[in-house]
Amino acid sequence: MISDKVFKIGATVAGTYVLVVVVLIAFQLISESYPIWEKEGLSFITSTDWNAVEGRESFGALPYIIGTLTTSAIAMAIGVPLSIGIAMFISDAPAKIGGPLGFLVELLAAVPSVIYGLWGLFVFRIYFRDWIETPLHNAFGDNIWLFSGNPYGLDIITASVILAIMIIPTVSAVSREIMKAVPQQQKEAAYMLGATKWEMFKLAVFPYSKTGLIGASILGLGRAVGETMAVTMLIGNATGIGAIPSSLFGPSQTMSSIIANEFVEASPASVHMPALIGIGLILLLIAIVINVIAHLLVTKMLKIKEGAINN
Amino acid sequence: MTTIQERRQEYRSLFKQNVERRLLVDKVVRIIVFSCVIIAIIPLGSILVEVFKNGLTAISLEFLTETPGSAGSGEGGIGPAIQGTLIIIGLSSLIGVPIGVMSGIFLSEYGDNKLARSIRFFNDVFMEFPSIILGIFAFLMIVLVLGHFSVWAGAFALSLIMFPIVARTTEESLKMVPMTYREAGTALGLKKWVITFRIVISAAKSGMVTGILLSVSRIGGETAPLIMTILGSSQFFSSMDTPMDALPLRIWRLSLLPYDSAQLQGWGAALVLIMIILGINLGIRYYFMNKKNGFFGQLIKQRRKNTK
Repeated sequence: MISDKVFKIGATVAGTYVLVVVVLIAFQLISESYPIWEKEGLSFITSTDWNAVEGRESFGALPYIIGTLTTSAIAMAIGVPLSIGIAMFISDAPAKIGGPLGFLVELLAAVPSVIYGLWGLFVFRIYFRDWIETPLHNAFGDNIWLFSGNPYGLDIITASVILAIMIIPTVSAVSREIMKAVPQQQKEAAYMLGATKWEMFKLAVFPYSKTGLIGASILGLGRAVGETMAVTMLIGNATGIGAIPSSLFGPSQTMSSIIANEFVEASPASVHMPALIGIGLILLLIAIVINVIAHLLVTKMLKIKEGAINN
Repeated sequence: MTTIQERRQEYRSLFKQNVERRLLVDKVVRIIVFSCVIIAIIPLGSILVEVFKNGLTAISLEFLTETPGSAGSGEGGIGPAIQGTLIIIGLSSLIGVPIGVMSGIFLSEYGDNKLARSIRFFNDVFMEFPSIILGIFAFLMIVLVLGHFSVWAGAFALSLIMFPIVARTTEESLKMVPMTYREAGTALGLKKWVITFRIVISAAKSGMVTGILLSVSRIGGETAPLIMTILGSSQFFSSMDTPMDALPLRIWRLSLLPYDSAQLQGWGAALVLIMIILGINLGIRYYFMNKKNGFFGQLIKQRRKNTK
C-alpha cells in the first residue's frame, strides 16, 4: 500500500500549503517592513507625515488607517441595511422570483473591482456630484462640517458608496443563508400568533439569526477594508496630513490605495518600500482579526441545530 | 358609567385601529425591502449598459489584436492585454488547481481531525485576505529575488487567490458523493487513491469544474496583485522574465489618461473583460439549470435523502 501512503502524504502536504503560505506571508511582511519600525518605531502608526523625497523621508500611516476605517464605516452604514433588506426579501420570496433576483444581486460580486472603478469614475461620479453632493454642499456646506469642502466627486463619500455596492452581494448572500437556516416551525409559530410578515421577522427570524447577521456584516467589513482598485480610482489620493478626512467631500487615501499608488515607484533600497510593506502588515492584521471574528460568528450560527434560540 | 355595550364598542374600534396600524407597518416594510433589491440592481444594470454602450463603439478587429498606440492618439488596441490575461489565467490555474484539488481531497477524505479543521478555518480566512497583500508577497518572494518583474510572480499571486476557492468547492463536491460508492470500491479491493480518482472524483466532476471556473472568473478581474508583479506593458508577451500586460491593468492605466479616446478604449477593454467573466458565470449557471436532473442533480437529491 505504498501508493496509498504517497497519496495521503501528497494530499496532506497540499492541505498544509495554506498554513505554510500564511506563515510565510506574515514572516515576509514583518521582516521586510523591519527598517521602518526601526526608523520610526510606533510613531509610524501615530504620525501623519508622508514624505518620500530623499533626505527628508518621513512616514506616518495614521491618515491611511483613518481613511480605511472611515470609508469602510460609511460603506457598512449604507451597505448593511440594504443587504439585510435584500436578504429578507429573497429568503421569503417564492423561488421563482427570489432565485433570479438573488442571482442578479450575486452578479454584482462577479463584476471586477477595476470596472467598478471605471464606472464610478466616468458615470456614477458625475451623477453623484451633480445631484447629491452639490445640492447638499449648497444647502449645508457653510454650517455643517460634514458637507463643507469642494464637491468634486473624487472623495470619501463617492468611494464609500461604491464600496457599499461592492459589499452588498457578500453580506446579502450570507445573511440570506442565515435567515434560511431559521427553523420553519419558528416562523409558523409566529404566524399562528397572528403576526404579520414583518412581525414574523421581528419575532422569529431576527432574534434567532442575530449573531449570524452580525457575522455577515463583519464579513462585508473585511471585504471593504481590503478593497483596492475601485477605491484607488475614486478617493482622490491625497497623501500625508491632507489625507485625513475633513469632510465627506474631501479627498483621502486608504491603506490599500497608497500601496497600489506608490509601490512600484518605491525603491527597495530606501525606507519608502518598507513603509508601504509596513502598511500592508497593518492592513493584514486588521483583515485577519475582522475575518476570524466573522467566520467564528457565521459558522457558529449555521451549526446551531434546530430549536433553541441562542442569545 | 359606561355600559358594557359601549365598552365593547370602544374595544372593537381600538382593535381595528391596532390591526390597521400593524398592517400599514407591514406594508411599509414590504415596500422598503423590495426597494432595497431594486437599489442594488440599478448599479448592475447601469454598469452593464454603460460597458456595452461605450465598449461596442470602441471594439474593432484592429482594437482586439494590435498593440496600444501612443497615449491619447486613440489608435492601436489591447491585443497584448487580452493575450496577457489568457496567459496569466492559464499559468495560475496550472499552479493553483492541482494544489486546490489535492487540498480539497485532503479535507474531504482525510478531513476528520484537528489538522484538517484548522486548515479549513485558515483556508476560509485566507480566502478573504486583501489581494494586494498577496501581490506584495509575490513581489517579495519572486520579483525582489529575481531582480525583475516577472510573469511567474503574477501567476503565483493569482494562484494564491485561486487555490482556497478550488479547495473548498472540491471538498464540498466530494462530500456529496455517497459513502456507498467508496465502500463499493473498497469491496472490489481497489486502493484508496484509485477509488478517489476513478470513482469519487468522476462522480463529483461537475461540482469541481464549477469551483475551478468560479476561481478563474475571480482571478480574471484581479488587478491589485498584478501591479507589483507583471506591472503592465504595451508589447506582446516575449518572455517570462519581463513585464506583461493584462486586461484589468490596461483598463486601470487607460482610465488614468486624460483623453476621451483613452477613456473609450478603457470601456472597450472593460467590455472584453466583462464578457469573459460574465460568460463564465452565466455559463456555469446555464449548465447547472440543464443538469438539475442529470447525474449530479440526482446525487444531491440522494445525499439529502441519506442525511435525513
